[in-house]
Amino acid sequence: MSLSFDSARLPNPDLTEEHHAWRDQLRRFIDREIMPNVDEWDEQGFLPDELWGKAAEFGLLGVGYPEQYGGTEVGIDLHHVNIVSEEISRTSLGGLPSTLLSHGIGLPPVLAFGSEELKSELVPPILAGEKRISLAITEPSGGSDVANMQTTAVRDGDHYIVNGSKTFISGGMGADWATTGVRTGGKGGAGISVLVIPMDLEGVSRTPLDKKQGWWCSDTATLYFDNVRVPVGNLLAEEGHGFLVIANNFNNERLAMSVMMEANARVCLEDAVNWARDRKTFGKRLADHQVIRHKIVEMKQRITTCQTYIQYCTRQMAAGTAEFGDIAMLKIQCSQTVEFCAREAMQILGGIGYMRGNRVERIYREVRVNAIGGGSEEIMRDLASRAFGL
Amino acid sequence: MKVLVTVKRVVDYNVKVRAKADGSDVDLNNVKMAINPFCEIAVEEAVRLKEAGTATEVVVVSVGAKQCQEQIRTALALGADRGIHVETEGAVEPLVVAKLLKGVVEKEEPRLVILGKQSIDGDNNQTGQMLGALTNMPQGTFASEVAIDGDKVNVTREVDAGMQTISLNLPAIVTSDLRLNEPRYASLPNIMKAKKKPLDVFSPADLGVEVTSHITQLSVAPPAERQAGIIVESVEQLVDKLKNEAKVIS
Ligand SMILES: Cc1cc2nc3c(=O)[nH]c(=O)nc-3n(C[C@H](O)[C@H](O)[C@H](O)COP(=O)(O)OP(=O)(O)OC[C@H]3O[C@@H](n4cnc5c(N)ncnc54)[C@H](O)[C@@H]3O)c2cc1C
Repeated sequence: MSLSFDSARLPNPDLTEEHHAWRDQLRRFIDREIMPNVDEWDEQGFLPDELWGKAAEFGLLGVGYPEQYGGTEVGIDLHHVNIVSEEISRTSLGGLPSTLLSHGIGLPPVLAFGSEELKSELVPPILAGEKRISLAITEPSGGSDVANMQTTAVRDGDHYIVNGSKTFISGGMGADWATTGVRTGGKGGAGISVLVIPMDLEGVSRTPLDKKQGWWCSDTATLYFDNVRVPVGNLLAEEGHGFLVIANNFNNERLAMSVMMEANARVCLEDAVNWARDRKTFGKRLADHQVIRHKIVEMKQRITTCQTYIQYCTRQMAAGTAEFGDIAMLKIQCSQTVEFCAREAMQILGGIGYMRGNRVERIYREVRVNAIGGGSEEIMRDLASRAFGL
Repeated sequence: MKVLVTVKRVVDYNVKVRAKADGSDVDLNNVKMAINPFCEIAVEEAVRLKEAGTATEVVVVSVGAKQCQEQIRTALALGADRGIHVETEGAVEPLVVAKLLKGVVEKEEPRLVILGKQSIDGDNNQTGQMLGALTNMPQGTFASEVAIDGDKVNVTREVDAGMQTISLNLPAIVTSDLRLNEPRYASLPNIMKAKKKPLDVFSPADLGVEVTSHITQLSVAPPAERQAGIIVESVEQLVDKLKNEAKVIS
């Protein structure tokens, strides 16, 4: 058995011929349109606009979305989505999914809770790659404590008047809309609602957060709302149901992040193994030193654990029986694994690994955002612990 | 104009193949399979002819075991209209493939047949030529450009001396070279639609062909590992080694 990206993937009995076909074509798309540009895009700090159109035409933006809005839903399941997460992460360009696929967190709340009018307005141009949407929950005052958000929306006739700000918003600079958590009621979770705010409204401004440890190609932003008048039709679900609207997609987001982290860990394994087979020190290959062999085995062992847990959680999600706690623990499992593998792969690569322009170096820089964003490791443990009734 | 295009299931070109321990064959266990790259170019050319309005229907055919229906589905996702699977037990040699394809040609009566110039597993480079001989149709091999011109097809071929353009009467056989086109990727909606396109299965007997074998594979061995080189100390030493050890100059 070798340890390439593909051979280090456990067989998954749930995958069909169609899933394999999707992976094959997706990989071709990625190898042609993305892979050769990874370093350039990361260094330049943004993705080219043409990428959205190409991805839309290929069907990448519409995976799992209803046909009536331009997506592909019939015959599509969670495995197709996982394959997207996995293959995209093979590039190592961590900032790409959070930008090109930012609608993956911004749009599901609209589809699940928006009015028909709102959906017809937003979804087709987004899936066509002509417009973009972000999810804006985190505030300068904090992201973990979602129930305590400060941005307010006060009803005024047919509008809400929004004041406050949101930060660390992925895709925020290029977004046409932000699915935004706001406070319409009193304190705590019950006072929260979600509004879809068009970014071209008067009173919206934004500034880039472009000096980041990783995710360089992602246009992260801080958004400011100064007496922004948002039509009431842009409310998702009912007033005060915002927490539910937000939490509804948490498991999907966390599963996707977990799959991406596992794939990133596997990239580290692949690159480290190739190097260890090639590089000679003290008269033998790195792979012939026991210390290095053990590092490789430990990487593989942890990666395999992630894969089995991903398969389990995917099955639970597909069956609608997934526990928040499981997905939370999966996310921790995967962030710790990618952290470990990035570290060990970097040790195996040595000095050359520290130079920019290789996948391990980039993944190393992107460990933390995965361990913090989408629910930090600490918050994930807290969530899981609640299910145990301790 | 109906175009028949052939696809073969082979080991994906990215896979480093290994010989089986007993040296009897290449180890295909758990190996990623794909459409032979030259066949994929053939499919692309056929689909482009359809998009240009020149071809009215693109039929894709594959000969092999049940699993090669996966490659037929991929070709359908790339734009072919329907598939034909000639089911055999495992791989068959070029002459048998050509005979089976002749059976399909007689059934379908295409104006143009496009094949890959060779498949990357056996590198035989025989099937297209044999099909030409068996069907008595003119052939344009190693095509780097294909242009339909009324009841003729002009094929630009890559030959040792440069480029040669020949004109064939239709119906004709064309085999694709690497530079004929750059194949597209199939979009997700097209992958899903391909599931619903018709795929007929025939046995060799249905086509009146008996599967025989004239070739026996004796052994498969990996190429010898390259020995480490040495750095020679002087030009004299180099010349000496080339003369007396490598014996490449005298
Ligand atoms: C590059 C990037 C992109 C992002 N994209 C988005 C986006 O698109 N949309 C969006 O809404 N948000 C986004 N985020 C924000 C992200 O979700 C938050 O950073 C995350 O939820 C943590 O919030 P915080 O940074 O405010 O940390 P805080 O909530 O202030 O927490 C700080 C630290 O304390 C720990 N902590 C907090 N509470 C507890 C507790 N009760 N017990 C123990 N430890 C605790 C946390 O784990 C964390 O380590 C992004 C962040 C980054 C870095």
